[in-house]
Amino acid sequence: MSGTHAHTVGFTRDTMIPQADPPMTSVGAIGWAHKNLFSTWFNAIVTVASLALIFYVLAMIVPWAISPTWESSSLSECRDILAAANGGESGHGACWGVIRERWVQLMFGFYPSHLHWRPVAAFILLGVALAPVLFSDKVPAKLLYFTLAYPFIFPWLLWGGTIWAPLSVAAGFGVGYLAYRIVSAVAGDLLSVLAGVVAALVWWLVLSGYVVDALAGLIPIGLEPVQSRDFGGFMLSITIGVVAIAASLPLGVLLALGRRSDLLIVRYLSVGFIEFIRGVPLITLLFVASTLLNIFMPPGTDFDIILRVLIMVTLFATAYMAEVIRGGLAALPKGQYEGADSLGLNYWQAQRLIIMPQALKISIPGIVSTFIGVFKDTTLVSIIGLMDPLGLTNGIRADTNWNGIVWELYGFIALVFFVFCFSMSRYSMYLERRLHTGRK
Amino acid sequence: MSELAEEQDIDRSKMTVSDEIAVEIIKMNKWYGSFHVLRDIDLTVNRGERIVIAGPSGSGKSTLIRCINALEEHQKGRIVVDGTELSSDLKNIDKIRREVGMVFQHFNLFPHLSILENLTLAPIWVRKTPRKEAEETAMHFLEKVKIPEQAHKYPGQLSGGQQQRVAIARSLCMRPRIMLFDEPTSALDPEMIAEVLDTMIELAQEGMTMLCVTHEMGFARKVANRVIFMDEGQIVEQNEPEEFFNNPQNPRTQLFLSQILGH
Ligand SMILES: Nc1ncnc2c1ncn2[C@@H]1O[C@H](COP(=O)(O)OP(=O)(O)OP(=O)(O)O)[C@@H](O)[C@H]1O
Ligand SMILES: [Mg+2]
Repeated sequence: MSGTHAHTVGFTRDTMIPQADPPMTSVGAIGWAHKNLFSTWFNAIVTVASLALIFYVLAMIVPWAISPTWESSSLSECRDILAAANGGESGHGACWGVIRERWVQLMFGFYPSHLHWRPVAAFILLGVALAPVLFSDKVPAKLLYFTLAYPFIFPWLLWGGTIWAPLSVAAGFGVGYLAYRIVSAVAGDLLSVLAGVVAALVWWLVLSGYVVDALAGLIPIGLEPVQSRDFGGFMLSITIGVVAIAASLPLGVLLALGRRSDLLIVRYLSVGFIEFIRGVPLITLLFVASTLLNIFMPPGTDFDIILRVLIMVTLFATAYMAEVIRGGLAALPKGQYEGADSLGLNYWQAQRLIIMPQALKISIPGIVSTFIGVFKDTTLVSIIGLMDPLGLTNGIRADTNWNGIVWELYGFIALVFFVFCFSMSRYSMYLERRLHTGRK
Repeated sequence: MSELAEEQDIDRSKMTVSDEIAVEIIKMNKWYGSFHVLRDIDLTVNRGERIVIAGPSGSGKSTLIRCINALEEHQKGRIVVDGTELSSDLKNIDKIRREVGMVFQHFNLFPHLSILENLTLAPIWVRKTPRKEAEETAMHFLEKVKIPEQAHKYPGQLSGGQQQRVAIARSLCMRPRIMLFDEPTSALDPEMIAEVLDTMIELAQEGMTMLCVTHEMGFARKVANRVIFMDEGQIVEQNEPEEFFNNPQNPRTQLFLSQILGH
């Protein structure tokens, strides 16, 4: 406090000023409104105009949506109810009976109704499997073992069949790892990885079939199988969305690293893949999945349509994800790599411990945008004949009872999509706050 | 140029130079594209030496010390660190990086990890030290650089001087035999320079082999046993600090010293 005044006018404080409340105009609702809504004339006009617009829109939607038609069982019945409510004249209002009658179908498609508990259980368990990933600070890390097992539980619950099939797929990873360990004792890294991959593929493509048949004959434990063509509704959208999202993040990381790799071939392959997939509309890839792919398959092979779609949507999402993550990588200062190198961390350690945690954090908004985009893009599968919610609307609107219904169905579907997408967006904001570690 | 905060006495009892060679650089050359950035560098560093490297901007000082731990690749000549020759063999590079610590101008701490995690990361993952032991070592070195109370904060919450001391402690946790410093104080406000230099002096007093690129000539006079002057990618002059500052031979050295110490 050796201010310049000290030299000109002598001054010393004898009483200290106590803490005081800020003036009314800067706190509370009035203060907030004054500061944010009516600070200038222009601001005030914009505020009033916006309020008028919001009111106008709500005045149209709310009376339409509040409509006593929940119990109706056809569009004509709706009209009667509305007319009765309006004193004889034809009334204006939504016809919610279609949602009451068809919401189960919109959720599960044609999945056998006595088995609905299985997708429900699958999605509840999905929440359990995601918890340690999404809320790592609140959930015990041990739950991660369940997360690792979940990719095998999930398809088994949905498609059913013998329990030996998912177990055998899981065993393939064990076989691959075993081969890797054995070979790495005598050969280099690259060769060992190659041996592991080959061993796993041999297991999956050749041996696993016999083993599963033998075991299923011996110990027949299983769930009633459900055909892919019976899948539908939001269950289908969520299945495709979740698989594509969960697979595209790790694959996108690898592809982004590949694009920045020093190895020329790896780099060119990554660039080629990304540019090709991004350059083609998703719908084209889906058509390839639904028709062209069969041409290249040996006749008689039954390559599940949903599996084909899953692969295509995943590839599509991966290409976008790789570019988003590459942006995050480019934003990291070179010093972070040098810090890691100078401490003796090897490439994969540096990526996993230093680079990726930061690059992914920077990329959170872009990653979540990609997730949301992928989830909404799952509606495109209706074009190749899969019964996602949009695919189901065609059938519902062709029903003579509901012929003429538009807004109620699409509004309902839009609302459900909005709830999912908005949750993802809120979660990403929460995550960014949680990962924030002090000023930059 | 800020001189050291106070004229403390330096304990030279352990600052002894042994006959053992720590770093040997023979006819080393490096190019960036067609730009010849390092030319015929010959330099032998014995264990226990404190070498200060000075020179105008762009003379190749950073590049030289970054070649020693293979952050930059040299194209001609040899570099032998602790008996291990730097080649394209990744095993040798890893081995050398474990023995050589480096402190950067901009600290290069990992902002997503707490101070303690910054310090224990490499011991745990590279040296495979058990976590508990690594944390004890980390706390030991944090006390040494006088900020043990910051262990659970994040780098972004510390002052520049504190961050640089954490960076030094982070290198020390790997128990290196050689320390490289690339302008460790030039991103710091004057009042923080002294605290970092004090830490470096302490390290020198314990007999650490040090190569420091720095403009702190007070530090050089006090701690270094040799000052090297570089210009245009070559070593132009080297001498003991007294001789170097009082009696520079090469006109380039004279010009540089008059600019840096002058007025
Ligand atoms: N990655 C690079 N690619 C091309 N040229 C480079 C690169 N890094 C450095 N240079 C050039 O090499 C020369 C030496 O750089 P270096 O960073 O070693 O200088 P310096 O002596 O440390 O300078 P300063 O005191 O400014 O840090 C400079 O002319 C610089 O422009
Ligand atoms: Mg430099």
